[in-house]
Amino acid sequence: MANMIPISTTTVGSGGVSSIAFTGIPQTYTDLVIYLSTRASAASDSVGLRFNGDSGSNYAYRYILGNGATATAGTGTTTYTLGGRQPESTFTANTFGSASFYIPNYTSIYYKSVSSDGVSENNATTAMAQLTGSLWNNISPINSITIIPGSGNFVQYSSATLYGIRKY
Amino acid sequence: MPLPSTMTPIATNTLTSNLASGVITFSNIPQTYTDLVIVAVGQGYTSSSYGNLQVQFNGDTGTNYSSTELKEFAGTASSSRRTTQSYLFATSFLDAGSASLLVGTSIINVFNYANTTTFKSTLSRGNLPGFKTELNVGLWRSTAAITSLTLTANDTPINAGASFTLYGIKAA
Repeated sequence: MANMIPISTTTVGSGGVSSIAFTGIPQTYTDLVIYLSTRASAASDSVGLRFNGDSGSNYAYRYILGNGATATAGTGTTTYTLGGRQPESTFTANTFGSASFYIPNYTSIYYKSVSSDGVSENNATTAMAQLTGSLWNNISPINSITIIPGSGNFVQYSSATLYGIRKY
Repeated sequence: MPLPSTMTPIATNTLTSNLASGVITFSNIPQTYTDLVIVAVGQGYTSSSYGNLQVQFNGDTGTNYSSTELKEFAGTASSSRRTTQSYLFATSFLDAGSASLLVGTSIINVFNYANTTTFKSTLSRGNLPGFKTELNVGLWRSTAAITSLTLTANDTPINAGASFTLYGIKAA
């Protein structure tokens, strides 16, 4: 029996949205996976997750990033997990970025770690590929996830799907 | 990393007590899937930074493994190679001590594991909160179908609560 189960999916309609939310997440899976196909309305290409509405500076991140020319890395703390990448408004039209987030043991009593990979393709010299490891410094089970862009909106036809994985 | 919707759990091992040996074995792996995925979540007992999570296939202890690492560590990007190894370096494995709330995650993909024609390749993603994030590509130079695999954490014991799950993926 396949045990990677789609829980919810959202496709953004006309006008775009400032965030995508999954609420009332069942507590019956082992891990969660999110796949994104998104594009930004603003000149910002980052995408991240916020858990249980926590907008405090409780998310640590570390990443390695390639832009087509150089590889860089960094660490820090912010108000959401980093990890996703999406084309900015100036990138090639009709191009959407791809990202995945793997959240193991989301109902556990430990801090929650997130492994994410994201890319933003562009028919130009610069495009981004990023690997990120994040940590939400909170022991609460995750019952809601809000996906947010660095600034602006997710444009129409952006989509997000939340999956649950069972290990039994 | 992307995981297809045909992901099926084959076996899981959740530690109810500290594992002194640091060794987890999955044997009699069905040959009916296309790829394998291993998800390891947990921590080592020691309070140092991290150790290695290593893989051997079919009990092969010969120097038939190699890997390439791309990582962020201490805010710096770097890459390194391991050749003629007696194990496959999958990812680092967090050593968080006995009381920490931190856990590390390793996701190991093993491609086309049942074929008897080609060497076997892997793609592994490690997330160690507070220490590093990494991507590793590995090779086992054997054409044998993979029927068993052993995970070994070289810093022991592995703390109770850690879980190791083997999934099979079928192509459409």
